[in-house]
Amino acid sequence: MTQPAAGGVKLSARGVRIEYWQERSRRSFLAVEGVDLDVRAGEFVAIVGPSGCGKTTFLNAVDGLIPISGGSLSLGGRPIKGPSHDRAMVFQHPSLLPWRTVLANVAYGLEIQGKLSRGQSRERSRDYIRLVGLDGFEDHFPLELSGGMQQRVNLARALATDPELLLLDEPFAALDAQTREYMQLELLRIWRQTRKTAVFITHDIKEAIYLADRVIVFTARPGRVKLTLEIGLPRPRDLRLKRTPAFVEYEDTVWSAIEEESMLGRTPVAVS
Amino acid sequence: MKAAIEAEAVDTAAGPQRQSRAVGRPPALAAYQPALLGALSVLVFLVAWQLIAAARVVPALFLPAPTDIADAYRQMFRDPEIWLDLETSGMEVGYGFGLAILIGLPLGILMGWYRPLRLALDPFVAFFYSTPRIALTPLLIIWFGIGIYSKVAVIFLGAFFPITINTMAGIRSLDPLLLQAARSFGARDAQIFRTIALPGSVPFILTGLRLGVGHALIGVVVGELIAAQHGIGKRMSDAFTTFNMPTGFAALIMIAATGVVLTVVIQRLERRFDAWRPGN
Repeated sequence: MTQPAAGGVKLSARGVRIEYWQERSRRSFLAVEGVDLDVRAGEFVAIVGPSGCGKTTFLNAVDGLIPISGGSLSLGGRPIKGPSHDRAMVFQHPSLLPWRTVLANVAYGLEIQGKLSRGQSRERSRDYIRLVGLDGFEDHFPLELSGGMQQRVNLARALATDPELLLLDEPFAALDAQTREYMQLELLRIWRQTRKTAVFITHDIKEAIYLADRVIVFTARPGRVKLTLEIGLPRPRDLRLKRTPAFVEYEDTVWSAIEEESMLGRTPVAVS
Repeated sequence: MKAAIEAEAVDTAAGPQRQSRAVGRPPALAAYQPALLGALSVLVFLVAWQLIAAARVVPALFLPAPTDIADAYRQMFRDPEIWLDLETSGMEVGYGFGLAILIGLPLGILMGWYRPLRLALDPFVAFFYSTPRIALTPLLIIWFGIGIYSKVAVIFLGAFFPITINTMAGIRSLDPLLLQAARSFGARDAQIFRTIALPGSVPFILTGLRLGVGHALIGVVVGELIAAQHGIGKRMSDAFTTFNMPTGFAALIMIAATGVVLTVVIQRLERRFDAWRPGN
């Protein structure tokens, strides 16, 4: 696994603007404007913001799935032009191929890359299945698994490609509260072992603070960076951390920033 | 950690120990229960038929007994001509249905994949699909003669459209989330086609084939009914028009049996490709 030099900038966004044509409303839609942010190598950054603030759109642009209409976006100094093997996304919906077993799903990204032989990619997939705690389930089909287990497969599939940057788009949003907390703990364990540079999108403030080295708050649409908060909580973190005064203080800071934005977002509605 | 995984697994009843499913497995006989019930009901039906025919409630001219039909088979296979009929009809279905798959499948895939092609061909597909194609049989006989090629054309037209349309629907109804995931991993079009589009539309393709079988059999019978030199459909039609009921029924049952066998083969394929759906 690549061990990046600590502190160097991995992902760099400068004045990113994302505007797209929405067929349904027949008008152009400004999702993100003037986003400046850096993610350092080995860092875990969480982006939070009011719903519809363009955070998922931003992540999709980082993955190369949608083009940016202004500014610059680069990974390790190379401009991002489209999807590539140096990034891997963990989707909000597991997006697993239902006709493939867990093993074949985890191997999917590797198969697309075509760098490893079939045997090598199966072997590596088994390692990651073990890492996400699904050993024994290699031959199961996705529909035989619970939502939490499906997301483990989703995570293993992304990690198996050994990306420079791991992108996570609200991966636990569809899980029940209990599974969700447990998956957060699991994600931190897995992240500690892989040390991937990670960008995690969520609307859950606690989740963001608990997971991240740094929390970035987006403004209401069009999204831009409103607040950047270094989370100085020690690692490894257990779930009890969420009830400590230091944690609650971070939560207050983030919450008031988001509350301000939600208010701003609502004002025009109140006026009109 | 392990304990929590298993706790998750309990919800879905899909623990790592697959043999746990064997608990409470019904006795071996139960596996054959569907087949047994089916066979039993057919047997009861045949006995009832024989009794009604023997009682002569209906004149023998209109309703031959199952034993009469068995006699008809014996007679039929004593005459080597039957092999020519079987070969003719078999070739007609084989060529017609084969050609429908050979052209319909790739065309359906292309029409599902490339929107301009779909838009260009849509008027023709809509026209032919809504026309009772069997009505074109006399025309096709004028064009292709009374040999096998007119029947091949009728069968082809019957089977081609369900195969093409279902394949196209399969490609078009692919899960956009899967396509996005594939693109995110940097998959090229050919890879998306091979890993997502093809396996994703298999159930649709098989449905198209199953419908196609039905249309192919209608085609062979109607084609031979209108004008033919040889064939099982011709034999059936000749028998019925000369009030040779046992032979007519014998030919009819052969055609039906062909349909059943082909449908079962496709159902087997469907089950094989659907192994990932829970409950299989």
